[in-house]
Amino acid sequence: MSMVVPGAVLILAVGLSWPLGWYLRWALDPPPGCAWRERWEQRLAPGDEETWPRYGLALLVFNAVMLGAVVVLLACQQWLPLNPDGKGPLTASLVFHTAVSFVTNTNLQHYSGEVMLSYLSQLALQWLQFVSAATGLAALTAIARALAGRQTVGCFRRDLLRATVLVLLPLALLLAAPLAWQGVPMTWQGAVEARTLEGVTQTIARGPVAAFVAIKQLGPNGGGFFGPNSCHPFENPTWLSNVLSCLAIVLLAMASTWMFGRITGRPRHATALFAVMLAFMLAKVGVATATEAPPTRALAGLNATVGPNLEGKELRFGAAAGPTWAAVTTATSNGSVNCMHDSLNPLTGLVPLTGMWLNMVFGGVGVGMINLVVYIVTAAFLAGMMVGRTPEYLGRKVETREMQLAIGVLLLHPALILLPAALFCATPLGRATVANPGSHGLTEIVYEFTSAAANNGSGFEGLGDNTLPWNVATGLVMLLARYLPILLPLAMAGSLGQKRLVAETAGTFRTDTLTFGLLLAATILIIGALLFLPVAVLGPVAEHLAR
Amino acid sequence: MASELGRSLRLAVCTILIGAVAYPLTVQAIAQAVAPEQAAGSLLRREDGSVIGSRLLAQPFRSPRYLWPRPSAVDYNAAAAVGSNLSPAGDKLRAAAAERAGALRLGAGRAVPAELLTASGSGLDPDLTLEGALAQVERIAAARQRPAAAVAALVRHRSRRIPGEARRLVNVLEANLALDALP
Repeated sequence: MSMVVPGAVLILAVGLSWPLGWYLRWALDPPPGCAWRERWEQRLAPGDEETWPRYGLALLVFNAVMLGAVVVLLACQQWLPLNPDGKGPLTASLVFHTAVSFVTNTNLQHYSGEVMLSYLSQLALQWLQFVSAATGLAALTAIARALAGRQTVGCFRRDLLRATVLVLLPLALLLAAPLAWQGVPMTWQGAVEARTLEGVTQTIARGPVAAFVAIKQLGPNGGGFFGPNSCHPFENPTWLSNVLSCLAIVLLAMASTWMFGRITGRPRHATALFAVMLAFMLAKVGVATATEAPPTRALAGLNATVGPNLEGKELRFGAAAGPTWAAVTTATSNGSVNCMHDSLNPLTGLVPLTGMWLNMVFGGVGVGMINLVVYIVTAAFLAGMMVGRTPEYLGRKVETREMQLAIGVLLLHPALILLPAALFCATPLGRATVANPGSHGLTEIVYEFTSAAANNGSGFEGLGDNTLPWNVATGLVMLLARYLPILLPLAMAGSLGQKRLVAETAGTFRTDTLTFGLLLAATILIIGALLFLPVAVLGPVAEHLAR
Repeated sequence: MASELGRSLRLAVCTILIGAVAYPLTVQAIAQAVAPEQAAGSLLRREDGSVIGSRLLAQPFRSPRYLWPRPSAVDYNAAAAVGSNLSPAGDKLRAAAAERAGALRLGAGRAVPAELLTASGSGLDPDLTLEGALAQVERIAAARQRPAAAVAALVRHRSRRIPGEARRLVNVLEANLALDALP
């Protein structure tokens, strides 16, 4: 397979993330003294610098407002304007699921946009794509401030406004322009009727797509305007639009690592973290492109030409683009797709699953970095235990309370995936909804809960998931998997930041060395992946081995 | 708590004005300025203004006179697009692919381009590889009573390269329009 697409995406992303990280620091955590900016920020988002519990409360209240507003808009879409194609009402459970999905930055979609949503509903979701991403960035900024030892962690609403106006808005405009030029529609007119050369009628759905797709990729939100997401030629019309979109998926997540290093004053530590995450990313892209190179197995015996698996793929992106995107979109919490994950070769399907099980390879904007902080504290704890010293992180002692919070977050993730997946596998709730029976069906169910718990949003879309049980179960998983992994690490960082700085000595375990990087990678693999090994063997591996 | 809620509501209004009003209107203004045709959906029209289709979306073609696009799980429904979501190792896809191979009638011994046996992700993939198009040349030439070399030359002429790939691509709808325009 030609590695031009993955090469271009990763080199551009790493190169651009460094200056963007510098900009993020300026935008989100500015040094005091810029009078006109402070005046504007106070006017638009008044409030004082707060301690972490107040910050967390403000975050929850604003997210509740987001949820309430969008539930109302979605539930009333049939009576509201900007509905040129006359979309009808949505079921209550789908309204709940969709609103939760976009508020939590997951963008798991149990509906097909061009079939079921009015343009106003799409705009409401587009608003959430801005503010849910901004919520993640704000949370990371607050945690970095706490770890830097500041007494107050900032003002949530001001951080959210900064992330929206200074970071997401300009980047989205920068991306939307080339997407529109490449062919992504941007119109308020409804569907158009075409009569083909053979005289058949084809209804072509369109809409204000370019604006939606740009913020969907940057967020990294991932929820598409159309059902097939970035497979659809109107979301992703060309080779170039594909490279730009794929770059946008990972750019902000990478840059937020550098921002974390700058706010905590530990750039070398951030470099070590970046290297560990990049190694995971390269491994994922490498494995996915390799496992997707064999031909579609179902074509064996049909005298078909030999080449990479093409089921569920589009030709214009190039052969490596599908597996590259699958690896990148599940390393970050994006979840958009440019090929149908359900139709990936069985072993390739394991790559996005692993990405979401680990949920830290750059991760969501802000949130992935927060997950990594939890792994770091655990690694520092293990290292401390091995040499018989009280573990430290960023010069502060890691003790019982911090470890309880960290382990709580780490165990929550597998619990939110495996327990409901077991319930849905054992009952008709899940079994009656799979599209491909056997081990592939198991993977479909596990993937859906994994995607919900990782706040990712991609899916094995063969699953008939617009049912009351699926909507409610994955909705609850998304809520728990969003707010606990923000609030518990915030508490952990707040608790760490209050402690006295310990003087660095020769015996201090350094967090910017190769040893640290290897230990962190091992901790991530052992704690993050081992719990999922049995289900990986029963699902994708079993399907691969079956002949 | 009341002030928390009030301030959150105020921020919500402020961010809605930014993210759901100012931003899409700006993007629309940019799109109208740089690419008005694409903004409306890259539509191809007849001389009377009626729409033939979109340059970017596949359409159903069943007549032997035209290039046939890649299979679609939704019969090229551009108002409810989706892929097959079938496992590439499963029996359902095996059966569907065998049926497609039979319908193509390429003649014994000819290898069938894999993209003509597999459904695209959107069900609307507008392209074929050059091999996938050339495999259909004989049928088209016979139906149009033209030399196969002329049809093959037209298809080759309309193919394009994408970076890093050895295979060239052909836009099916544009090639079919060119076929109809042959003198």
